[in-house]
Amino acid sequence: MDLTFTEEEEAFRQEVRAWIQDAMPEDMRETARGAGGFTPEDSATWHKILYDKGWVAPHWPADFGGTGWDAARRFIFNEEMEVAGAPPLSVFGLSMVGPLLISFGTDAQKKRFLPKILSAEEFWCQGYSEPGSGSDLASLRATAEDAGDHFIVNGQKTWTSYAQYADWIFCLVRTDQSVKKQAGITFLLIDLKSPGVEVKPMMTLGHTPAFCDTFFDNVKVPKKNVVGGINQGWTMAKALLGHERTLLAMIGPSRNVLQKLKRIAAHKTVNGRPMLEDPVWRAKIARLEMRFRAHLMVSYRALADQQKGKTPGPESSILKLVGTKLIQELTELAMEVMGESSLTWYNDGICLPVEESIGPYFCYERAATIYGGSNEIQRNVIAKMILQLPSS
Amino acid sequence: MDFELDQDQQMLAKTVADFARNESPVERFRKLRDDDIGYDPEAWQQMGELGWLGVPFPESVGGFGGGFIECAMVLENLATTLVPEPYLASVVLGGMTLARAGDAAQHEAYLTPMIEGETTLALAYSEVQSRYDVSSVDTSATPDGNGYEISGEKIWVLNGHRADQLIVSAQAPGGVTLFVVPRDADGVDMTIAKTIDGQKAAFIRFEGVALGEDARLGEEGSGAAVLDRIMDYAAAAAVAEGVGIATTMLQMTVDYLGMREQFGVKIGSFQGLQHRAVDMYAETELLRSISIAAMVRADEDDGSVRRGDISAAKYQLATGGIWVAQQSLQLHGGIGVTDEHDIGLYFKRMYALNALFGDQEHHVARFASDPSFAEALV
Repeated sequence: MDLTFTEEEEAFRQEVRAWIQDAMPEDMRETARGAGGFTPEDSATWHKILYDKGWVAPHWPADFGGTGWDAARRFIFNEEMEVAGAPPLSVFGLSMVGPLLISFGTDAQKKRFLPKILSAEEFWCQGYSEPGSGSDLASLRATAEDAGDHFIVNGQKTWTSYAQYADWIFCLVRTDQSVKKQAGITFLLIDLKSPGVEVKPMMTLGHTPAFCDTFFDNVKVPKKNVVGGINQGWTMAKALLGHERTLLAMIGPSRNVLQKLKRIAAHKTVNGRPMLEDPVWRAKIARLEMRFRAHLMVSYRALADQQKGKTPGPESSILKLVGTKLIQELTELAMEVMGESSLTWYNDGICLPVEESIGPYFCYERAATIYGGSNEIQRNVIAKMILQLPSS
Repeated sequence: MDFELDQDQQMLAKTVADFARNESPVERFRKLRDDDIGYDPEAWQQMGELGWLGVPFPESVGGFGGGFIECAMVLENLATTLVPEPYLASVVLGGMTLARAGDAAQHEAYLTPMIEGETTLALAYSEVQSRYDVSSVDTSATPDGNGYEISGEKIWVLNGHRADQLIVSAQAPGGVTLFVVPRDADGVDMTIAKTIDGQKAAFIRFEGVALGEDARLGEEGSGAAVLDRIMDYAAAAAVAEGVGIATTMLQMTVDYLGMREQFGVKIGSFQGLQHRAVDMYAETELLRSISIAAMVRADEDDGSVRRGDISAAKYQLATGGIWVAQQSLQLHGGIGVTDEHDIGLYFKRMYALNALFGDQEHHVARFASDPSFAEALV
């Protein structure tokens, strides 16, 4: 057993750190030090900078534009990005549909879509949930009717986050009404500029323009945009979920909020001294930091498995469950540390910049235990797949 | 980064697991808990012959030159069936203290026989007032020309009722100092105390016990630092045991949910209970994961690095581990609260591990007071 990185890996860390220092524009560094709330435009700018360096998709195979790094280097790279507070990249292309296309797409699809995901020429969003289909995703009703060489798509998709900035959407649509609900679903790529598509943004609780509703009214979609075969959508969705789980471990955001809340605690006083020097408050923060350490060790174990080319063990299935709860507890504690200042809502120069970021983020991450398969659904899956408890 | 045991470690873990399952099922613990000793000296000897008692000690004293990881493997696997032999008390507390503080002659006289399974050791460090502060020592060591006279009282000395030698902390003129005291020395008087988990400890009075200079471990005043280090090993050892206990309780509970029927169905099909079981699984995996950090860091000399992960692990035992124990009992229903069913025996062992070597508040405060806690600010 060894908990340390090798000398070469540490040298790689220094190289990455130095490059980020150099490459990150001053205004972004300013934002990273302060509020840390990046706009989708910031993310796109940073995406292009990484693309020019060739580092935008370390987790892709080198043949498709990945870096060829092993799991440890990818992990170090992510850690350094988090520590620097760099803008998060849009995950829908790079981490969701991209890897799925690499595994299941046709050659034509790979050639058409992958380069533009890498170069940030095209952004993606996800069309899964519908007003009547949340946790019971397989009950979805948006239809794709066979019309020869194309489909006619009708229906509504919701929580199509960042659709207003996206060029394409990957959707689950019903292509067969006559079979078991999971067996009649197809994974379809739809150009959002197609006639009949309408995107309506919706504010989140954090007042960020993340959510959207997306409507399809007789939208013509060529059949060559099917991924994995007609009526194979459920299999595609499950494959994609595997990619999503490690994304939602919240290691970076947790570390980030922990640092922020300590910074705030260093500026506030209790009994005449900084909260960060008060044993009661230190203990409250320490409890979450120790939990974070245990959670981090779970993710290190998953990483070590990947490094050896093994599928992560069952412990990785709890990463979403624990990580999303932890980020909520951390943001709640940050609100508590702020005291009355937790009332602040998008003011400028009223509170510390770092404080202004907390409230909206606290509100937004109430979604963490809901998106990506609600934590209750995760528990159903773990109970069945890992603990093998009897089904009802 | 590598989280896998090497081949020798895997072999050791498997041998111990096989022993626990085949030679020492829980019934053996049940029989022995009513016995005066509480374990079987012959089994102890067998462990010595198998080499288990020497895993963390250098070859020069008859050990196997392993690290604390090997020790943790033995503890985790012995815990799965509540094997009652005093591994933690004798190898980790007594043995590792001797190894760290003693000289070659003392190693030969006391450590090597223990490694061979001929004797057992105990560490007498706790006093009525001390709670988790091992430097709070009222027992006195008064120089008397030829050596020292020890007087005072120690409580909850694990394996104290049986150990051939007791390692005792006492205030000498130069500060807290450790001494080797034969259990049968004149002036040693003890009361056997039963513990909540079916084991035994001793309350020991020392009344003018006369010791030679050669009974002193290291220099006067060197004891507190050694004990501080040993408490980290002990906490990591409790966590390793806790992993074995939690894993076993989780498995027993999942098995029970899959077997017990009410309302005409297996109760494991109820979502409320399934979700509880999944949360138990999550807490167990968190405990197992942070225990790896604790066992690797236990041998780390940088105190700040070592203490952080060990406290985080003991904290997870106190929160997640205890919660797994509570829920295991709850999900077993009434049968879980009987002495007849094994689940309650594991429950009580988890609480004993929680109470030893620093509880939740102790480790939270220690973690929070480390200088690095506030330095981590960017």
